[in-house]
Amino acid sequence: MLTAEKTRATSESTAPAPRPATVRKSDGRPPWMERPTRIGQIAKAVAIVVVVLAVAYPLVGVIGTSFASQTDIIKSSGLVLWPDHPTLDAYRTIFTGGVVTRALIVSVGITVFGTLASLLVTVGMAYGLSRRDVTGSRFILMTALFTMLFNAGIIPNFLLVKGLGLYDTYAALVMPTLVSAFNLVVLRSFFMNLPEELYDAAKVDGAGDFRILVRIVLPLSKAVLAVISLFYAVTYWNAFFNSLLYLNDSDKWPLPMVLRTYVLQGQSLNAASAGEVLAPQQAVQMAVLVIAVVPILCVYPFLQRYFTKGVLTGAIKG
Amino acid sequence: MAETAPPLPREKRRQKAEIPSPPAAQAVVAQHRLTLWQRIKRDRVMLLLTLPGLLYFVVFHYVPLLGYVVAFQDYQPYLGYMHSVWVGFANFSAAFGEPAFWSATFNTLEIALVQLVFFFPIPVALALLLNSIASDRIRRFVQSVVYLPHFIGWVIIVSIFQQILGGAGLLPDVLGGLGLPRYDMMSDPDAFPWLLTLQVAWKDAGWGTIIILAALLNIDRQQYEAAAIDGAGPRRRLWHVTLPGIAPVLILLLILNLGQILSVGFEQILLQRDAVGPDAGEVLDTYVYYHGIKDNDWGVAAAVGLVKAVIGTALVLGANKFAHRLGHEGVYRGADR
Repeated sequence: MLTAEKTRATSESTAPAPRPATVRKSDGRPPWMERPTRIGQIAKAVAIVVVVLAVAYPLVGVIGTSFASQTDIIKSSGLVLWPDHPTLDAYRTIFTGGVVTRALIVSVGITVFGTLASLLVTVGMAYGLSRRDVTGSRFILMTALFTMLFNAGIIPNFLLVKGLGLYDTYAALVMPTLVSAFNLVVLRSFFMNLPEELYDAAKVDGAGDFRILVRIVLPLSKAVLAVISLFYAVTYWNAFFNSLLYLNDSDKWPLPMVLRTYVLQGQSLNAASAGEVLAPQQAVQMAVLVIAVVPILCVYPFLQRYFTKGVLTGAIKG
Repeated sequence: MAETAPPLPREKRRQKAEIPSPPAAQAVVAQHRLTLWQRIKRDRVMLLLTLPGLLYFVVFHYVPLLGYVVAFQDYQPYLGYMHSVWVGFANFSAAFGEPAFWSATFNTLEIALVQLVFFFPIPVALALLLNSIASDRIRRFVQSVVYLPHFIGWVIIVSIFQQILGGAGLLPDVLGGLGLPRYDMMSDPDAFPWLLTLQVAWKDAGWGTIIILAALLNIDRQQYEAAAIDGAGPRRRLWHVTLPGIAPVLILLLILNLGQILSVGFEQILLQRDAVGPDAGEVLDTYVYYHGIKDNDWGVAAAVGLVKAVIGTALVLGANKFAHRLGHEGVYRGADR
């Protein structure tokens, strides 16, 4: 079986067959394909609806519950899809509390600064390594790529962060994950695929390497930069591992740590916020979840069309 | 680029393997006959741009490896590496003599295997479903929906599951309403690997379809047409054209997953370990975390971490090598966790 796989694989890769330019039209069916059966169509439709609901239902439920009143929650045993008595009490409780507001500011801060820092360093490195004739670029690339094969592990990383004096600082949430080798590979292969003539023309016009990067390469790379920014931003926004390990001071906690304490471990936010008890505990918890999810939901549609391309560049060319 | 030539996994991987190939660079060197210093000077802008990234990789990926000396010491933070007592392999024998270590190892393998067997087919099935949707608009919509959970963090996902499956959640209430026992999956130790697999499926099944969809697009349409003309129905085309067509990618993914078998999701498991108790919920990574950072048993934790890192790296390298031997460029993916 293995040899069969091998021959198939090699024959495929050595002789890529011509592919029709458009595989699908909106009516889809090529002439040789049978008319789909009624039962098959229904089964497919059901499967699609189930898949979409499996993703959407919990998210809608969380958002619905965050606006629900106590009676709604009791009536629907947990997740409220559409509250009959919508109220903003939960959000009022959170934002008077201070804990969530502070965590939100921390999370926004590390997401913005972390993404910018990561982007700067990754762009510089990807560009520096994108020209093959640069001295030592192969060695540097290998140094970076080799890190994909091993992970130093929790204890050495912890001791390093302590040793560098980063423990209990916001920098500890950014520095250890500053560059992702995956994103580096995606960006570098994008830069390498830009037409050579662009570089040559710019060189002839007397532009230096840095000027070429800023004036020519970056403006052509907006889509891939958007995808990589999303990947970095999501990493920082969801930063749980780093904050768990490297932040002792709960005043510095970003949103995921607060979520863990008040939603998962069920400590009462009402008690934590010295204010009066306003909203049902469950609605408050869901409101915190909504605050953590909504930024992702908002950015996502704008970037979604780019990232299949981005991921494939990384996973396949990578 | 995608519309003219759908990505060809192996070929592009091969390109990548060629990139670092030395002859090109050496040829340039030979042509110019510059000294090393002259070349560095010529490339100074490019090298300077590379420097911060290089520094990052060295400081945060290579330097910490030195920290593993702790595994051979009775490490005391106030004494540091230099003054802590060397104890040879005592930490290793201490860990190996502890039932908790073996229990964590067993749990790690159990969880990894359950995920491998039961999660792995889901993205494949989902990709086939997506691929069979004729309408572009519906397909794009479903794709947007199923990719989304990949971007949601584990804390959020576990909280949502708590809301649905947890003790006070939706499922026990529904079961209770039907007169059945209120089953709480979140705190059932026996169900733990299945719970984790369910969550991974929710988060990453959609994302996992991307690479399989690319492989599906890569299958020559003429093969389908020829098979159909020869009288193969949809099911036989699936079996004789589609599956062989994506088999190389599937095998590659499977091998790479096998290489990752010691690394089950740390965040996901840590968040739920206490609900099921350490007997079912402890894996190697959480063992290291609790022993080292919580209980200050640095030496033993580092020893276990070192064993895990060495075996894990060997597995990844072995998996890559094996993938190569099957005729694929083994590429370590999954750096986007």
